[in-house]
Formats: sequence, structure tokens, C-alpha cells
Amino acid sequence: MHEPPDLSVTHLDPSLEVVFSAIEEPEVARAKKGMGPAAWVALVWLVGMILAAILAPLLPIPDPRESFAEIARQGPSSGHILGGDTNGRDMLSRIIYGGRASFAIGFGAVAFGMLIGGFLGLVTGFFRGVSDTVLTPLMNILLAIPQFVLALSLVTVLAAGDDVGELRRTAVIILGLGLVSIPILGRITRANTLQWSEREFVMASKAMGAKSFRTLFREVLPNVVPAMLSIALLGVGVAIVAEGGLSLFGVGVQGPTPSWGNIIADNKGALRTSPHIVLFTTIVLFLTVLALNYLGDVVSRRFAFRESVL
Amino acid sequence: MTRQEVLVGAVPSGVTGSGPLLDVRNVSTSFRSPRGMVRAVTDVSFTLERGKTLGIVGESGSGKSVLSRTIMGLLPGNAERSGEVLFEGADIGGLSPAGYRELWGDELAMVFQDPMTALNPVMRVGRQITESLRFHLDMDKDEAKTTAIELLRAVKIPEPEKRFKAYPHEMSGGMRQRVVIAVALACGPKLLFADEPTTALDVTVQAQILDLLAEQQRQRYMAMILVTHDLGVVAGRAHEIAVMYAGRIVEKAPTQVLFSEMKMPYTEALLSAIPRLDQRSHSRLHAIGGAPPDLVNPPKGCPFSPRCPYVRDRCRDELPPLQESATTPGHAFACFYPVDSPETLEIKERIAAQQILATAPTLADSPNGGGA
Amino acid sequence: MTIAKKVAQLLITIVLVTLFASFLLVLLPGDPVEVLIPFGSEEQREAVREDAGLNDPFLVRYGEWLGGFVQGDLGNYYTVSSIRPVADQVSDALPISLTLVLEAQILALIIAIPLGVVTAYRSETWFDRMSNTTAFAMLAIPTFALGFLLQYIFSVELGWFSSVGWTPITESLSGHLDKAVLPVITLAVGQIAIYMRLLRSDMIATLQSDFITMAKAKGLSTRRILFRHALRPSSLTLLTVAGLNVGTLIGGALIVEVVFSIPGIGLTLAQAIASRQLVAFQSMVAIIAIIYVLVNFGVDLLYSALDPRIRHARTS
Repeated sequence: MHEPPDLSVTHLDPSLEVVFSAIEEPEVARAKKGMGPAAWVALVWLVGMILAAILAPLLPIPDPRESFAEIARQGPSSGHILGGDTNGRDMLSRIIYGGRASFAIGFGAVAFGMLIGGFLGLVTGFFRGVSDTVLTPLMNILLAIPQFVLALSLVTVLAAGDDVGELRRTAVIILGLGLVSIPILGRITRANTLQWSEREFVMASKAMGAKSFRTLFREVLPNVVPAMLSIALLGVGVAIVAEGGLSLFGVGVQGPTPSWGNIIADNKGALRTSPHIVLFTTIVLFLTVLALNYLGDVVSRRFAFRESVL
Repeated sequence: MTRQEVLVGAVPSGVTGSGPLLDVRNVSTSFRSPRGMVRAVTDVSFTLERGKTLGIVGESGSGKSVLSRTIMGLLPGNAERSGEVLFEGADIGGLSPAGYRELWGDELAMVFQDPMTALNPVMRVGRQITESLRFHLDMDKDEAKTTAIELLRAVKIPEPEKRFKAYPHEMSGGMRQRVVIAVALACGPKLLFADEPTTALDVTVQAQILDLLAEQQRQRYMAMILVTHDLGVVAGRAHEIAVMYAGRIVEKAPTQVLFSEMKMPYTEALLSAIPRLDQRSHSRLHAIGGAPPDLVNPPKGCPFSPRCPYVRDRCRDELPPLQESATTPGHAFACFYPVDSPETLEIKERIAAQQILATAPTLADSPNGGGA
Repeated sequence: MTIAKKVAQLLITIVLVTLFASFLLVLLPGDPVEVLIPFGSEEQREAVREDAGLNDPFLVRYGEWLGGFVQGDLGNYYTVSSIRPVADQVSDALPISLTLVLEAQILALIIAIPLGVVTAYRSETWFDRMSNTTAFAMLAIPTFALGFLLQYIFSVELGWFSSVGWTPITESLSGHLDKAVLPVITLAVGQIAIYMRLLRSDMIATLQSDFITMAKAKGLSTRRILFRHALRPSSLTLLTVAGLNVGTLIGGALIVEVVFSIPGIGLTLAQAIASRQLVAFQSMVAIIAIIYVLVNFGVDLLYSALDPRIRHARTS
């Protein structure tokens, strides 16, 4: 039987951890040599979308801000395979360019959160002591506020006002989402670090008088990286979706710059007349998040299995 | 004879009739595993009359538990079985799950080894009994409760009305096992399997439980199969004993006969492995050396041959068949050179001689002083 | 942890949370009043500053605000022409949001429990694998996207339900269902996936237990064994997570409200942002956070009351 989870008031919003445990198979016996075909598909999709986003200006697609009156609200037609939005802008172009903002925010937020949160997790998990008693309750308290609301309030306040530039707004969004993700990423990294720190080879390294930080980075970190990578992948999906949520409240990336979130949010009124706008964007968003989740799962299973072989 | 009386065992439910209650013919059970087919039980046959107790004895891995579950029909999905199991004349081997459910609880019942895990930890004890009663016998709530309390009384649980509401973790191991027995006996089954019923209990409690089982069995005129690794457990409590090794029955005889005229070297080893009060203290416990054979690729020849102290070449090449003793009908064994055969007796004398030599005082120790 | 300790922790958390909410205005680059009423006269601005306590040092403002807060004064909406209390709108909006959360939780459990039981019993069959894949997909769909999708299919195309608005259940059951079904489903879907898988893995472990074999040996029907014997000992994790999850549901409800234009606290929040009513916004953030903290606290207490189960889990 398992231990009852820690039910203290400041327990964390379990969505991320629970998502993880929900999609993981408890029976770890299914190790495949290399990745399965599904994982390859996911990887190809993801890499494809990212490349398209990066290379967007070089692609033979119209400018995402350019309006073509004739395709306004129209579905797919020749020359515009995904149709046009309410302003007559080419949907394919909007979606590809939208990926730029969304991926930037997704990866940026996770990188920020992982850098700080991951570092804090490593330190508190490995050294325990003072850092743990101070930082961990702090992180728990941050988790007492519903994450989305926290991010929403930060972004709203920091980017309030009419004259906030696009770059600054994007930076604020990344900062806000990143900050919010620090406690969770920190918590999970800490848990993993704890596990690994109690292994013999780490104790041995410590016993040999190796300087602590050295041990941390050379012995423990490489083993915690797979778990961190796995959560990071999941986190990118969460961040991209969160940007969509922010757009819904009006504080996401602002038009005319497209992001997957704001395309959906700004065009929700057109569901009746031109459902394809929201539909196509949703499909792309969904497939991308699915790919990220799946790859995160694959990474975690692959390396979890290796651990049990040890 | 009221229904209640029957259920609590005040009156026997079995009926003396023709034919054995249980007739097991050439039953084999194997499990599909990644390494191949594990032959847990091979070619077992025996019969059991109503009101009698059969003791099945063997080490872990001998197949005794698998055998009882095979007869009961409680095997997991990767099991394959062959042979016939005739219960009251009808073959129950190929029943559908629904068919088995008719029998279980009602006609066949099982008492499990560990009472803590055998009882549902979040369900009150009384409910676990009344559930059976209401399900199989269509009793209403009150009747079931009264009967359950009577059952608890019959298994000698003090203050049964109070215990009715208890949870398993509020009871001691011995009491829990009594509850398990009550549950098993609730619907008045004709055949009871007791699979290592006392292994998880304290020694002091073991005897009580075994006596309880024996008493219930007598009162109800129920047939019982008592499975254990301990010959001592079945010594005074079974009418007949079957010794199993590596999935086969290697000796079978009425209890008295087995103990006084055992034939199999394995049975002899089992017997001498029981610590006895009349042994000198600190004498070494006689353990049987070696390990049980691989059940995926059993060796040809007698499965006990690698560990038998009296082994000869023939034992290794040919599988000894289970055959009835010419002199004592009802006593079957599978050995070419049983314990009382001349060849084996010869080896025994040699061993005894060596032991005397090993423990004999040397001349140097004799009271007449050392050598010159 | 004793109850006293837990309450102390609760209070500290609430203080910190409200401090943070208050702090938001400090974080604002520039003058909050500029944002609130960009076109007002200096006189009007000064009036607003006074009323909102923006002239006072932070801690004083916080104290005043908190004091008012506890008494139900959630600050005001400020426009060029008027000052209206926030509390009115919030008190109308909160019950709606909570109804949404409650109904979603119930729906999620109703669907997830049987599915979890069946997929555990028939694990490794095609049904199990299919539901696993479906669960995985359900977790990947963003809530708002699902909301729009359902809106499009069932409201716009099929016309079975309204796409926006809300009718309280006290007014009319059919009206309520018409407005509530889609949003509640949207909110519940992600949870169904999680609950189902959690229950499944616990059930699989339980089904290996001896007492299940014994129940089988009593001749009981499979359904009885699954639901009367196996379900209860396996539901501990599920119930715990479901309890903790209410907080997550609150966050999801905010989004669902905006998608379906349901006048709950989420939509109110969105409107406050859209109209730059940052003082109101701050109060609402505080309210939501406090409710979240209180709910978690309540769940914590509830589970302590269910102690025998938890105690049992520790001893087995």
C-alpha cells in the first residue's frame, strides 16, 4: 500500500505531478529498443513545427499581417490551403508564425523556470539543511496560490498600459509563466535529487572528499537530467497552453502578432461563420502538446527502466 | 434439523452415499511462463470419501497448493490443466466461471494461509460472513445475522455478537483465522480445502485451529483436504496422507500405516526433519540437503534422486511408478528401493557405522591413558 | 500535524497570499490611477487615490484593505464618473463558479470510477489500451480549445445546447442543463483521464490480494467482487487527489467561464482586466486565492476525519 500523500494546506497544485503519474504505466516492463514508431512520429512533428517556426520568413508563405480581402472568413481555397481569418490574413501563415510566439514562450518559460527551479531543486535535494528548510516552505507557499491566477496577475500588472511593446510583453509573459513554474519544477527536481543522492556511489564520492558542488554536478546531475528533461517537455506544452489562457483574458501576445493562443481567443466569435480558424489552430496546438507529452513520457519511461536494471 | 443447525454444524450435512465425494484422476497442471511450461502438478490421482480428511504434505514447490487450487478451479489465466476432477460423480474440470461460482462457497470452500490478507480489511467481519449466506442461500438480513453470530460462536470466538461488528485488524491472528474458517463453512460446504491454515499463526494457536477444523469436519461430516509442509500437523488429524514431491504424489497411505511403515526415503527425511522432544538438546536438526528440481525441465528418472541418500543408478534413469504395496493395500509409493528394501538397508547400516566411528572417542581419550 | 498547527499554517498562508495580491499594485510600473482612469481630471484622480488608499504607505494600505476585506468590502470599481463596490458583483459570481466546479468534479468521478474499475479488471485488453490512449489524448487538449470545440459541434452545428450564458439550477432545471452541460463536460474531461488511471493502477494492485481470491472462492459474482470488495480499499489515492484537485478545477473554471461567457468569478476577472480596473482585479485575485487555500484546508480536515482509512493504509 502506498503512503497517504502529504495533505498539508500548502500542498502543491497536483496537476503537473498527477498528469505525470496518470500517463505513466506502473508496470515498467515495456522497454523497447530505441523508441517506438509513435515516438518518432511525435519527434518529427515537433521538430517540423519548430523548424517551420524558425524558418518562417524563408518559407513561401504570405506575410501573416497581410490581408487578402477575398479570403476573409473563407475556408480552404487554392493558394490558401488553410483559408483566411476574419481579417483576410492567410491562416497557414498565421499558424506558422504563431508557432514562433508560442514556442518562444513555451521554451523560454520552461528554460527560465528550469534554470532557477532546477538549480534550487538540486541544491535543496542534495545539501538539505538550511537551504531546504528555508526554500522548500517558501516554494510550498507559492504553490498555495492557483498557478494560472498567479501568472495572470503577474502578467496583467507587469504589462499593463497601452504602450507596452511586443518584445516587452513577450518577455513579461515568459517571466510570469517561468516564475510560476519554478516551485513545481523545483519540487520535482528536488524529489529526484533526493533519490539519487541517497545512492551509494554518491556517498562514496562524498566520502572521498570530493567538493560538494563537484559531486552534485558530476555524479547526481547526469542522473537527474532525464527526469528533468521529461518534465521540461511536459512543461513546454503547459506553457504554450497557458499562453492561450492568458490570451483568453486579454493579456497574452497581442495582435497583429499571431500566437496560437491569440488566434483562438480573438476568433472565438467567428465560430459560427468561420469555424475553420479556431479548428485548424486547435488541431495544431493539440498535436503539438500531444507530441510533447508523449516524448516526455517516452524519456521518463526509458530512463526509469534503466534505473531499475541497475 | 433446521437450516441453522445444519449451517452451524450442529448436525452433519453430508450424506453417506455411494461413491467417493471426490475422485481426482490423472490431473496435471502447468503454467505458461517466459521460460517454458512449468509443470507444477503431474499425473495426480486420489479419491476422498465424505467425512474423511486427506493430508497433502510437501515442501514449497511440491505442487500441493497448486493441486488444491486446481481441484477448486481457482487457477490464474496462464494455467493449463488436464485430467478429470469428479465431484459427486460429475466432472467439474471444465466448468465455466459461472459454473464454478455455483460450487464455490456452497459445495467447495477454502481456508487460506494468511488470515490478515485473506479478509477484506475495510469490511466488517460479520458482513463478510453474511455476504455468503445472503448470496448463496438467499437469506434475509436478520436471518443471516443470526446465523453468522452462531457461526462465530461455533468457531469459538468469544462474545460473537460484539465481534460481528469488528474489523479484521481489531482481532488477533488466531481469531482472524477462526473468522476465515467461519466464512468458509458458512454455507455448509461438502468439501473444505485448508491450505497451510496455521503457517502464519503462533505455535500455541496452531493446535487450537487445527482442532477446531477437525471438530467442525467431524460434526458436519465434511470432507477435508489439509495441505501443509509439516508432517506433524497431519499426524493426528488426517485419515490418509499423500506426500508430494516435484508435482507428483510419491507416497500415499492411511496415516497410521504411513508413520509405521513408510517406504519413501523422502517421507523418512520429512519425518526426521521434525524436531522431537526426545532428541538431545543441541542435536543438529536434520535438514534435507539440496534443492527441489526444476519444474520446467524435470530430470528423467526419480525427481528425488539428486537428494536421496540411498540413490542407485536405476533411480536416475527410470521414473519409478506409483504402485500399491503388495502387502498393504491402500499404501502406494513410487520408489524402486524403498526404505525397507535390502539394498537400502545395506546403505543405512553403512551410514550408521560411519556415524558411530565419527563420534567414537579416540584411544587417546580413553580413561586408560594414552598410547605408549 | 495537530489542528492548531494546521490552522496557524492556514492563517499564515492567507496573510502571505493577500500580501502578494496587494503587492501587485506596487509592481505596476507607473501610476495605477493612470491606468484606471487615463482620461480623468486631476481632481478625480485624487479622489480615486484617496478612496483606494494609494496615498498611504504600502503596509498601511494593506492593513486597511485587509480590514475592509474581512468585512466584505472588496474595494471599488473606478470610472471617470462613478465608484461602485466590487463586492456586489463578486457575491453574485462566486456561487456560479463554485457550482461549475462541483458539477464538474461529480461528473468526472461518475465517469472515471466505473471506467477505472473495468479497465483494471480487463487490463491489457484492447478496451484498456484504447481507454489509455484516449486518456492520454484528453490530457493533451487545452481546456479552452476543448470548450470551443464542443461549443462548435454541439451548439453551433447541432444546436443541442446554448453556447453562452447561465441559468442557475434553482431557476429551472432544463434551463440549467441547457447552459451547464457543455461547460461542465469541458471542465471534467481532463480530470476523468487522471482519475481513471489512478483508480486503475490501485485496483490492479488490490486485485492481486488474497482477500480478493477468497471473495472469489466464496462464489461471489465478479461485479460484486469488483465494486463491493475491491473498490473501497483502492480508492484512497483517488479520493485524495480528487480533493486536492478542486483547486485545479477552480483555475480551469475561470477559463471555461470566459469561453462560454458564464458570469462567474472568472468572467468578472476578465472584465476587470479588460476595463483596467486593477483595484478590483487585485481584490478578485485575493478572493480566488483565499478560496483555493480554504478549499485545500477543508479537504485536509475532511481526510483527517476519514482517519480510519488513512490509518489502515499505514498499517497494511
